[in-house]
Amino acid sequence: MTKVSFTVNGRAQELELDTRTTLLDALREHLHLTGTKKGCDHGQCGACTVIVKGRRINSCLTLAVMHQCDSITTIEGLGVSGNLHPLQAAFIKHDGYQCGYCTPGQICSAVAVLGEIEAGVPSHVSGDLTTQPQATTTELRERMSGNICRCGAYSNIIDAITEVAGDRA
Amino acid sequence: MKFDTPATTNPIDQLKVIGRPTDRIDGPLKTMGTAPYAYERHDVVANQAYGYVVAAGIAKGRIVAIDVSSAEAAPGVLAIVTAQNAGKLDKGDFNVAKLLGGPEIQHYHQAIALVVAETFEQARAAAQLVRVDYAPARGVFDLAAAKGSATKHEPGFGGPADTASGDFSDAFAASPVQFDETYTTPDQAHAMMEPHASIAAWDGDRLMLWTSNQMIDWGTGDMAKTLRVPKDKIHLMSPFIGGGFGGKLFLRSDALLAALGARAARRAVKVALPRPLIFNNTTHRPATIQRIRIGTERDGRISAIAHESWSGNLPGGDPETAVGQTRLLYAGANRMTAMRLAMLDLPEGNAMRAPGEAPGMMALEIAIDEMAEKLKLDPIAFRILNDTQVDPEHPKRPFSQRQFVECLRIGADRFNWKRRNPLPGKVRDGHWLVGIGVAAAFRNNLLMPSGARVRLNSRGIVTVETDMTDIGTGSYTIIAQTVAEMMGISLDKVEVRLGDSSFPVSSGSGGQFGANSATSGVYAACVKLREAVARKLGFNSADAVFTDGQVRSGNRSVPLAEAAGDDGMTAEDSIEFGDLDKTYQQSTFGAHFVEVGVDAATAEVRVRRMLAVCAAGRILNPKSARSQVIGAMTMGVGAALMEELVVDTCLGFFVNHDLAGYEVPVHADIPHQDVVFLDETDPISSPMKAKGVGELGICGVGAAVANAIYNATGVRVRDYPIRLDKLLERLPAAD
Amino acid sequence: MKSFTYERVCTPAEAVSSAARVQGSKFIAGGTNLLDLMKLEIEAPAHLIDVNGLGLDKIEATAEGGLRIGASVRNTDLAADQRVRRDYGLLARALLAGASGQLRNMATTAGNLLQRTRCPYFYDTNQACNKRNPGSGCAALEGFSRQHALLGVSESCIAAHPSDMAVAMMTLDAKVETVRTGGAVRSIPIAQFYKVPGDTPHIETVLEAGELITAVTLPKPVGGTHIYRKVRDRASYAFALVSVGAIVQRDGTGRLALGGIAPKPWRLEHAEAELPRGAKAVVDRLLADARPTPQNAFKLTLAKRTLGAVLAEARG
Repeated sequence: MTKVSFTVNGRAQELELDTRTTLLDALREHLHLTGTKKGCDHGQCGACTVIVKGRRINSCLTLAVMHQCDSITTIEGLGVSGNLHPLQAAFIKHDGYQCGYCTPGQICSAVAVLGEIEAGVPSHVSGDLTTQPQATTTELRERMSGNICRCGAYSNIIDAITEVAGDRA
Repeated sequence: MKFDTPATTNPIDQLKVIGRPTDRIDGPLKTMGTAPYAYERHDVVANQAYGYVVAAGIAKGRIVAIDVSSAEAAPGVLAIVTAQNAGKLDKGDFNVAKLLGGPEIQHYHQAIALVVAETFEQARAAAQLVRVDYAPARGVFDLAAAKGSATKHEPGFGGPADTASGDFSDAFAASPVQFDETYTTPDQAHAMMEPHASIAAWDGDRLMLWTSNQMIDWGTGDMAKTLRVPKDKIHLMSPFIGGGFGGKLFLRSDALLAALGARAARRAVKVALPRPLIFNNTTHRPATIQRIRIGTERDGRISAIAHESWSGNLPGGDPETAVGQTRLLYAGANRMTAMRLAMLDLPEGNAMRAPGEAPGMMALEIAIDEMAEKLKLDPIAFRILNDTQVDPEHPKRPFSQRQFVECLRIGADRFNWKRRNPLPGKVRDGHWLVGIGVAAAFRNNLLMPSGARVRLNSRGIVTVETDMTDIGTGSYTIIAQTVAEMMGISLDKVEVRLGDSSFPVSSGSGGQFGANSATSGVYAACVKLREAVARKLGFNSADAVFTDGQVRSGNRSVPLAEAAGDDGMTAEDSIEFGDLDKTYQQSTFGAHFVEVGVDAATAEVRVRRMLAVCAAGRILNPKSARSQVIGAMTMGVGAALMEELVVDTCLGFFVNHDLAGYEVPVHADIPHQDVVFLDETDPISSPMKAKGVGELGICGVGAAVANAIYNATGVRVRDYPIRLDKLLERLPAAD
Repeated sequence: MKSFTYERVCTPAEAVSSAARVQGSKFIAGGTNLLDLMKLEIEAPAHLIDVNGLGLDKIEATAEGGLRIGASVRNTDLAADQRVRRDYGLLARALLAGASGQLRNMATTAGNLLQRTRCPYFYDTNQACNKRNPGSGCAALEGFSRQHALLGVSESCIAAHPSDMAVAMMTLDAKVETVRTGGAVRSIPIAQFYKVPGDTPHIETVLEAGELITAVTLPKPVGGTHIYRKVRDRASYAFALVSVGAIVQRDGTGRLALGGIAPKPWRLEHAEAELPRGAKAVVDRLLADARPTPQNAFKLTLAKRTLGAVLAEARG
């Protein structure tokens, strides 16, 4: 057992954990923050996406003890009932989900994707590596590809993100 | 309520709530991450322990010895369940292979033990310490090789194994234009995002099970049967389900092992199937080999059509009913269909989204495209020429509705079909070879009895309870819409409670029967509640109007809340369907249009445009119905281009058993998708005048993609999935 | 996953001395591959040494005009670095073609080089695999081998190396800097870094036990047109069937390496000499010793056609 402390959605948390505990299981099983989903536990689906130190990662492929002092944002930290994050609201408006299981990961990823584009991080489909990428549908589709939705809500998810990206521009 | 005559005008026809694009009422929960899925129910029972499944490492044979001593001694371990200590278990009516194997092993990754420990990490580590000695046996794993041994086997669902009308052989031989080709579709995985997961807790002899299951009553019954306890001792709850697609129709090993683990550990136990086990442990869509023969007159009229399908399954399993649509989709006086089943020792084959039609249409609709080309006919014109308004095997039996031709025509117009170059391989866009393809969409409309209970309280809130499930289909919302429409209240005055075996038995979710059947059951319960309210208020129930939260009759108007009184009012009913589905053939129709680009050098296929036009009765919520269709189109793209459970025919298992190996479409594979719903009501289907749509959307998509690839490249592939290696050698020479 | 102890270290020297001290140690940085394998007990370290805090997360110019990339620079940061985007476009493109945005945010430069194969039989501990369990056999030889290697293979193993980044590093003549127990440092040309399986497929690189990668250095930019072309079944988030990393100069000369076809990024300098004569000449040389299975023989055609497309693109 090892102690680790980090901040989740602005709240300091101190846990004593089996070193084998992934960040995902620390969130779901120890902090009962079950909005972050376990779809594959092997980095193959993206349902466990959370934002750590401003970056989206697969929380299933990292150990909780590796996150001493880190600041972690999960879906529960993005918006609450009556005050949804614009992307949460846009997902509802555009029906950007079906079963809902990949949805928190999609939304966390989308929040980070818009940040990545703003920060000028290129992608596989960026035409020119040296210019500022734009939030085109082609860019969004490539950047969101680490989040699998088996219900196939992709077209609606991209509509939702596009709307929020447009509002920001 | 017995539904045995076509619906007339009823309160649903007001369309104040029904038929309007409506945001899901469970949307906030899902987007905030607070919708509770099975494995996440920390709230329901204290002191939950963790179970980890041990699965068979061979495909067929016996366990000679199983040594759990090291595992038992491992830190935190509370109990280990195996077939040796689980007590006598039965097998569920809906299960083919046993959910807890041993000593006999029926398929790879069949569960053989559950290790229960204080923590997930301890259970997982201890599971690795279970030592198993096997005596492997030879198995049969290769459908193509076993095809000759296949026999006739009447399927449990999807009609008889064989049908025939007229004289196919003679008519085919006499046809001036003949076509005969064979197609193959692979084994496919549901690959829903939420793994099969359950929490079980015993309260004396009563089992509480929080699980992820599409069919509450089947699950409850099969759990009771497997455990050999009365059904009323099982309380199954499944309010949110992270995708099913048929993979969660049945009791599965997570649920049974959680129950057994909880009994052994005397604690609540939670179990989720690890993703790498799911593909071989659970069910899958079986592979098929399909032979299609079509004979036509010179003008393209079909005179003879035959569709035969071979698939495999474990002993006791059913064939994949891939010929069903060919019995109904096109005209032709001389016909035959046949299904043959080979015994294979692969994991159990069973229903996956649109069982039968999904793989059947993948074959039939390439064949139609090929035949049209042979006849030098436009493939849409060929389909229209062979339209039928009656069941072609039973010509006195009309379709309740059949707007197939309209779907094709509207789609052709929307998709700009007339710009398609009928000569393949002629359109270039940079390094892309571009082609467009069309296919019919067809899926039968199934009906299931479905019950519901509605309760009106003194605040005017109506609570509806039914064991119906929402697997992403939007059940919560369409049920709320139904209640709102029937009771004349707004959506925020409706509370929907689903997925609980203490609620009235519903249709459940499957076979695209859920939306129409379950809302019809809710309709029936609401009719009863309306009658009770009217009676209580002294109104004539025939002329009472429920609107804006009021009940009106003549000059009198009473708030619904007031009618409820302090005690509230409850009504319960179910819908039962008569024989309108025998008098009439009830099906849903559509047309899929797809444009692909095929990389001229590498043969990578990328979908550029997609359109589905659907005629599927009244669309209860166009917003979620559209999502069902685009989701099905997406799964259809997967089936066309990438999805295949690869069989190791020596070792006898699906090799690519994780989400990296079994590729499903990602965002980058899917363009913007368009869906058009034709304005249609089908009063023969149900009082809702609706039909299913969730499976229609996948039927035909694969063939539309295949036909578009052919149009782009001139390469005809009859073996799915159409991965680049099947195109590469036959592509036009690269620059 | 077996139990392990966990330790955070602050310097490379501490890391290697800890690794020497504790048997069964492994370094962990991104963890994206190691934890994946630990969950299946394909890797089962007794001790994990977290090397994220060593300050190896910087990209610096070298005196020779190249770049020194810290071992724990994340794939995202490396791909986004302005110097990499400008002067080593091939590397940026290869990185961006790999995995997903989330994984690239975690995965490190050194970890990417050390990725293990994605062979499904390697991943399934019930199956024979000489790489995972030396001497147990190779189930892929007679099994599902569509994604497997056809060059550099042996009777023991036909697994392919999955990395995109490593293909670019091979093309760019990168060097791998390490520190060993006792503090000795060395710089290993990437061409000498990977081993082909022979009869020891479990030994994948020349790294010694407890040796820590500290950086990867790139020589000064060579100009030319940089192309990384990755061919895969789905459009993203998938491993390569075949990939080509190429730098082509105006005079038609250049260099290239292929991914997806061998147990390491595959580069042959005598094949590169054929570049001015076109793709077929290069591929005939490059693939001359190929030993495909019936299932992966298509990669011969695919490699040829992909290289043809790459050279056509380079010509503009």
